[in-house]
Amino acid sequence: MHVPDGFFDAPTSLATGAVAVAGVALALRGARRELDDRTAPMAGLVATFVFAGQMMNFPVGAGTSGHLIGGALAAVLAGPWTAVLALSVVLGVQSLLLADGGVTALGTNITLMGLVGVGTSWAVFVLLRRLLPARLGVVAPAAGVAAFVSVPTTAAVFALLFAVGGTAPVETWTVLTAMVGWHLVIGLGEALITGLVVASVVAVRPDLVYGARPLLAQRPLEIREVAA
Amino acid sequence: MRQRTFLLAGLLVALLIAGVGSYYASSHPDGLEYVAERTGFLDQADEHPAADSPLADYQTKGVDNARLSGGLAGVLGSLLVLALAGGGFWLLRRRGPA
Repeated sequence: MHVPDGFFDAPTSLATGAVAVAGVALALRGARRELDDRTAPMAGLVATFVFAGQMMNFPVGAGTSGHLIGGALAAVLAGPWTAVLALSVVLGVQSLLLADGGVTALGTNITLMGLVGVGTSWAVFVLLRRLLPARLGVVAPAAGVAAFVSVPTTAAVFALLFAVGGTAPVETWTVLTAMVGWHLVIGLGEALITGLVVASVVAVRPDLVYGARPLLAQRPLEIREVAA
Repeated sequence: MRQRTFLLAGLLVALLIAGVGSYYASSHPDGLEYVAERTGFLDQADEHPAADSPLADYQTKGVDNARLSGGLAGVLGSLLVLALAGGGFWLLRRRGPA
């Protein structure tokens, strides 16, 4: 969902640029609480994984493709503030080095995929974690659902932003329904990838999954009888 | 699994996806590009200012083999993200043992 230069007028690009700068500044403070000697290397890996995952476009029919955005994946594995920074680094490298996503549109892309994508994902994930039984098994499905919701939500915010500052007079409703419709399908892919990756990490190293930590803390120690 | 083993395995998977798997990715336009084309605002897109960068469009300039050119761009991009994000997170972290 990388916005190229030219889709938005200058005031809108400046405004989303300011929102992105404020968001990243807040994330720089917030991420300190999420990062320590053990989790910082994991967070670096998560950013790298999001970059790689975003390269794997999967077909969604009718000559369209989708790819992982990674907001839910990064938030659940590394924490929401760290996820905002991870997505920002990925989007920055893509824009400046790989010509993927505009340069004046970088603020828009960080606002959409970084802030809206991660924010929606984390809100849905935390809500589900609160509602579901406090077991490790709920982490991956909750991450998948959060991933699914985040994609059409981000698409909808794009469409609303385009109504405010888009450079072409296309009817808002047309853009909104097309964006949300296609991204509901793409969201299924996002959910599948996110669910599988989170489930794999929970299976081997649940302590490295930020979103699983409250559940790990609650897990009672048990003494198991060993058959003689 | 030891943390070092886990991280190295994860990095290997990421580099394999970016370096090898990406060749098999769908080349159809993504959701936004497709919608922009269909609803008539794709032409608003300007040419990218970094279109001449050595890794523009996930292809390595000067490498003719498509598989190698794309794979190299993916691996170099991944390593740059790892260096920037990993280094940044390491500097930001709370000091001292967890």
